[in-house]
Amino acid sequence: MYVIVAGGGKVGANVARSLLRLGNEVTLIEQRRDSFERLEEEFEHQVQRGDATELFVLERAGITRPPDIMLALTGDDEDNMVICQLAKEKYGVPKVIARVNDPRNQSHFDLLGISPTICATSSIMALVEHEVPEHELIHLLELRKENLEIVEVQIDKSSPVAGKRVEGLKLPEGARLISVMRDGRSEIAVGSTTLEAGDQVLAILEPGKEDELRRVLLKR
Amino acid sequence: MKALIIGCGRVGSTIALQLLMEEWEVTVVDENEDALSRLGENWPGAFLVGHGMDADLLRAAGIEEADAVVVATDGDNTNIVISQVAQKRFGIECVVARILDPARADFYAARGLRTVCPTKTAIDVLGEAVRACAVPQVPA
Repeated sequence: MYVIVAGGGKVGANVARSLLRLGNEVTLIEQRRDSFERLEEEFEHQVQRGDATELFVLERAGITRPPDIMLALTGDDEDNMVICQLAKEKYGVPKVIARVNDPRNQSHFDLLGISPTICATSSIMALVEHEVPEHELIHLLELRKENLEIVEVQIDKSSPVAGKRVEGLKLPEGARLISVMRDGRSEIAVGSTTLEAGDQVLAILEPGKEDELRRVLLKR
Repeated sequence: MKALIIGCGRVGSTIALQLLMEEWEVTVVDENEDALSRLGENWPGAFLVGHGMDADLLRAAGIEEADAVVVATDGDNTNIVISQVAQKRFGIECVVARILDPARADFYAARGLRTVCPTKTAIDVLGEAVRACAVPQVPA
């Protein structure tokens, strides 16, 4: 396939190198002269110098063919958003992937319909939640398009819902329990399911309802 | 009428002062605190230090009540994104963005953004000026 990679920093250059090694056709775009000159020694004609948010730079890199996928991997979120909008909406590139540098900008990428995105900070934070046991509410999956997320909660002895039936819980609006895992076996949570200390409960909820859910299930 | 000006450089600050003279209620946002000095010694409007990409800052600056938003930071792509956020997230109808690159200004104008491209204006005006003064004189 043909791939255009915007941004020749550590991320972009390594991605371009990997794609080339897999036998793909790649054009890497880098704006800064010193970085470009270093990249040129390795990538030769497969790297071009320029601002990948400029139409003529994209066109010189072959965006009108169009490429199978455009990767916006610069260190600037605004640039990555504009690159993806131009690629998709002006040039009809079928797929884009954008790097999010500042996780606070994620909502802007979502607003502009740029997906999928990848954010190192968010990925690391998700791993921290998985790895550090005292986080009581673990984010398992974010369904960004649906505006929902799936979390896991560990019910313990002090939890006010231990011994209670699911149908009797005052769950926040926009949150539902999916399943209960007990002694290594999982079952779908229905109204008559009784929660016990030690249960691992999966819940689906709208982002931002985590604290309410935590209060209901764990009282803290 | 309430206006929010994002980017307090030469352009943003002058528009802020003009709208203020026309009795608008003006709030200005800039990353750099020193930019306040561009608004004169006794700026009566609000001035917030922060990045226009920060939705919380925009809310604090009263974007939800703004009748007009002017986006004039020194970055084209920053202006493109902020103005789309103002338009799509906050539902502001009158959003005006300065975009120096004519190609991007055209593309986003076609997508419903009110873009102003000083480069294009300069090209037009300079072209006209040069044509006007270089008209070959018809020999007598």
